[in-house]
Amino acid sequence: MNSNFLIELDNVDRRFASPEGKIIQVLDSFSMTVKPGEFCAVVGPTGCGKSTTLSLISGLAKANAGKVLIEGKEFNGIDPRVGYVFQTDAVFPWKNVLDNISVGPLFRGINKKEATEKAFDWIKRVGLQGFEYHYPHQLSGGMRKRVALAQTFINSPDILLMDEPFSALDVQTKILMQQELLQLWSKHKAAVVFVTHDIEEAVILADKVFVLSKRPARVKKIYNIDIQRPRIVSEARYTQKFIEISKSIWNDLSEEVNI
Amino acid sequence: MNDKIIMNRKSEITKLEQASIKKVKEHWRIVIFYRFMFLTATLSSWEILGRIGVIDQFFFSIPSKIIYQICIWIIKGTSQGPLWLQVLVTLEETVLGFLIGAVMGIVSGIALGRNKMLADIFSIYIKIANAIPRIVLGSIFIIALGLGMASKVALAVVMVFFVVFGNAFQGVREADVNLIANAKVLGANDSQITFKVVLPSALSWILASLHISFGFALVGAVVGEFLGSKQGIGLLIATAQGAFNAAGVFAAMIVLAVVALLADYLITRLENRLLKWRPNIQ
Repeated sequence: MNSNFLIELDNVDRRFASPEGKIIQVLDSFSMTVKPGEFCAVVGPTGCGKSTTLSLISGLAKANAGKVLIEGKEFNGIDPRVGYVFQTDAVFPWKNVLDNISVGPLFRGINKKEATEKAFDWIKRVGLQGFEYHYPHQLSGGMRKRVALAQTFINSPDILLMDEPFSALDVQTKILMQQELLQLWSKHKAAVVFVTHDIEEAVILADKVFVLSKRPARVKKIYNIDIQRPRIVSEARYTQKFIEISKSIWNDLSEEVNI
Repeated sequence: MNDKIIMNRKSEITKLEQASIKKVKEHWRIVIFYRFMFLTATLSSWEILGRIGVIDQFFFSIPSKIIYQICIWIIKGTSQGPLWLQVLVTLEETVLGFLIGAVMGIVSGIALGRNKMLADIFSIYIKIANAIPRIVLGSIFIIALGLGMASKVALAVVMVFFVVFGNAFQGVREADVNLIANAKVLGANDSQITFKVVLPSALSWILASLHISFGFALVGAVVGEFLGSKQGIGLLIATAQGAFNAAGVFAAMIVLAVVALLADYLITRLENRLLKWRPNIQ
């Protein structure tokens, strides 16, 4: 196998058993590869198994067959190089902003002082100064997302998994957060796998868009998005190239979704 | 010109605000007044109906006699010794039983909640144990552990344990899977997940159960004393009952109520401290 891929899913099967024992096949010999520093977006019909790919890469779930490789090697448990931003709010409601952000380093055994210093630095980077001691319920949706981003970025992951992280935000906040993500990413250059149902979001953010078929999912098509970087999220969406690619992906997807 | 309009507008709003604050205060004044009226009406009609003989004083006593009884207890002491000692004994049994039962309940609730296999096996037995009127176990404890403090503490423990256990278990089962997954990816090991994620998310469930179960502990201790003891408020009630002293029973009830209210206040304080991260619903 070519080992200059950071992430490889090689003919992976993933099945779920319902409480009654019924089997649902989510991924059926599914393959995809991601290079270091590459920003990949995954789009597909609802419930097709997009999020399952992230669970497999993170190690939260195991493949029933096939291989999941990071830097060409199989791994056990959760790989420390991975960061994961969840769709729903996964910040800890009983911790204030500072404690929420420093929790990763603390879990990983870094001493309290160093973790707090790092957390303060990240609070500055995501623009949450003045909210260090606020609890999540006192913050807006966008601010909570910033906390979630800082919480993940503070561990400096090489692989950043994002599961529709901005889907619950209003349109303006979403665009701001997308811009913010691109900015943070451009400094760190982690490989990103960004799952979304929003085609425009996929095209605007990613270098590469994987279009998945309906369940059991396969990669239906791969688009290379050669819109130049740095991108201005609020402007790039009106360029001709953006519109063309979005349309084309929409056509691919609408074949999969029959209502 | 424009400034003037804004200034006027501002003073108008201040006036409106003052009026609304006044309204809220007025509302509470009325509520408190009627609360007081209700209490006075109830007690005085009880007193009057008792005195003219509509309510039989022998069985149901009257407020003045109950107050007199409490005063006698406070000043001269009860037949078993000073009142504060009785309160202290009952309180000691209650608190001891409450603490032991609560700790046991929390520990086993979390242990079982974190293990699906154990949970599936034992959940049915917990439901059954919860349905049994556990207060009856008091008789067994008196036989097994004697008339001393141990039997009362044991009964209080049994009363508390299942309530706290049930809530801790439920709280753990309802811990957000996303939070647990997030903690895992951020680097938490199993014990960190249990203590830093699962326990805090179950905390509001656990604290809610502590509210109810302190009352249960008190019931356990008093019933234990009632069934057989040498000291305590339960014995005071039993003695009063034996002497057909209805005022004594009511007086002991009031003493118990004061104890329970104080404890509830303290638990609420603790809850507010531990759950300060929670949004205020009211």
